Amino acid sequence: MTPPAIKVVGLRKSYGDHTVLDGVSIEISAGTIFALLGPNGAGKTTMVRILSTLSRPDAGQAWIAGRELASEPDAVRAAIGVTGQFAAVDGLLTGFENLALMGRLHHLGKRESRQRATELLEKFDLAEAAGKALATYSGGMRRRLDLAMTLVGKPRIIFLDEPTTGLDPRSRRTMWQIVRDLVEQDSVTIFLTTQYLEEADQLAGRIAVLDQGRLVAEGTPAELKKLVPGGHVSLRFTDAAQLSLAARALGTISRDAEELTLQVPGDGGVRSLYSLLDRLSQANLEPAELTVHTVDLDDVFLALTGRSACLTAASITENGAGR
Amino acid sequence: MTAATYTLTDTRTLLHRNLLHALRYPAMSLSSLLMPLIFLLLFRYAFGNTLGAGIGGPYINYLAPGMLIMTATSSMVSTAVSVCTDMTEGIVDRLRTMSISRFALLAGHVVGNWIQALLAMGVLLGVAVAVGFRPRADALHWLGAIGVAALTAWALTWVAMAMGLSAKAPEGASSLPMPVILLPFLGSGFVPATSMSPGLRQFAEYQPFTPITETLRGLLLGTHIGTDWIQVVGWCVALTVAGYLGSRRLFDRRAEL
Repeated sequence: MTPPAIKVVGLRKSYGDHTVLDGVSIEISAGTIFALLGPNGAGKTTMVRILSTLSRPDAGQAWIAGRELASEPDAVRAAIGVTGQFAAVDGLLTGFENLALMGRLHHLGKRESRQRATELLEKFDLAEAAGKALATYSGGMRRRLDLAMTLVGKPRIIFLDEPTTGLDPRSRRTMWQIVRDLVEQDSVTIFLTTQYLEEADQLAGRIAVLDQGRLVAEGTPAELKKLVPGGHVSLRFTDAAQLSLAARALGTISRDAEELTLQVPGDGGVRSLYSLLDRLSQANLEPAELTVHTVDLDDVFLALTGRSACLTAASITENGAGR
Repeated sequence: MTAATYTLTDTRTLLHRNLLHALRYPAMSLSSLLMPLIFLLLFRYAFGNTLGAGIGGPYINYLAPGMLIMTATSSMVSTAVSVCTDMTEGIVDRLRTMSISRFALLAGHVVGNWIQALLAMGVLLGVAVAVGFRPRADALHWLGAIGVAALTAWALTWVAMAMGLSAKAPEGASSLPMPVILLPFLGSGFVPATSMSPGLRQFAEYQPFTPITETLRGLLLGTHIGTDWIQVVGWCVALTVAGYLGSRRLFDRRAEL
């Protein structure tokens, strides 16, 4: 078996009294995408800062590409690439100059640096803006340039700290495709942090959920989805009489008398829906509204972190507005 | 390539970046020339006649070397501000995660700002000559004068670097060099230290800018410089080492913020 690309054992970090990471252990195999999922303030960025040599842990050890983080930071730096939450680009240079600068710092030589810059600008759909000052770039363009700069040195392991936070849906999808291509074509290892469950579900082979400095769950997206109760169909009726008739007919116990809804367990498949509708029509009942709810990572996330959806949504907006 | 040549190459690459910044946004570098230029003209034309009477010889000859040193001190503001601004940009975090020597990350800035300070001093010298400054140095003296000016600017740039790194925001960084900028006034920048009141004179005699200004003035005017140059070298080496060590420490600590 090949050694893991990233191995973390008992990582701890606190700032004063505030514990940010409370004994985190992770193992990530080479050539896979790993997503660290968590609400704001869970410690995701601290984790990336430590693993990318920017910050020192209080306790614990980590090996990146087989090199020990604390004793060989320079060897680790040579193996990794980092794209942070806030675009790490030089705002006073053009896109081309930014990439050429990275090439020179990777000791590629003048000619090769320029060549690689041109290649990456092409690949990331930035060729037209190559000679323009970064002030004219959109958020999505800056993120793409940021990632392109990370790729100049052809790193084997890439840290992506919230790569799509604040991007519009289209830019987000472009970014996802770029990340998938990286793993498929160049078989790099990706350590991704995100607060978007959909993003983790879309990209990652394994997901770990970080909450208040601890890993509260880890597994494939499918494994995580099994952690919470299954999907259901919810039926809303127009009055209480209908509601109790339906409850009797369907034999369901989960009902909300105030909202006049029933929740029928089921996977939301067409076959089970047919049988449900059959039973309803036999009882001569017609619900005012029918919604199918399948399990997604949102349920897992909320169940594991014990936070309400509004809170998560609120913190996301807050984060977006702070930019 | 060895680690040392990598450090050198990286320093050159980062110097190129620093100079590109200065070229693209020259306002900051030009502003550090403004104060010594205004003082030069003000003292040359407004106060010079009176002050010069007490010193002997054309006052511009006494004034110009002092203003050259003042250009080096006022350049510290743009150094501190540009370093501090740069530290708040994400790009520096990226550079830290790359296999680049920490020395190169600092040296790129320092060398870039040092070159800008030297250029500013060159411009000031040109203006000084245009308004009547007549240096009487021979080739050897010129070499010595350039050496003193360059050494002083080098030491001050390292100190400014540490100041810029210690400030949380560029606004704070711009005010940190102020005490140093005032020092030439309290030395022999405008008038001889011997003409000051006793307490101040003592201070003037022991602060670095008095021997620095005196030596530069002596070299440019072709007069006797004595052994002041030993103090100049001592001060500059001490300031450089202090600035470098401080910068290293502050730079490493900044990552933890």
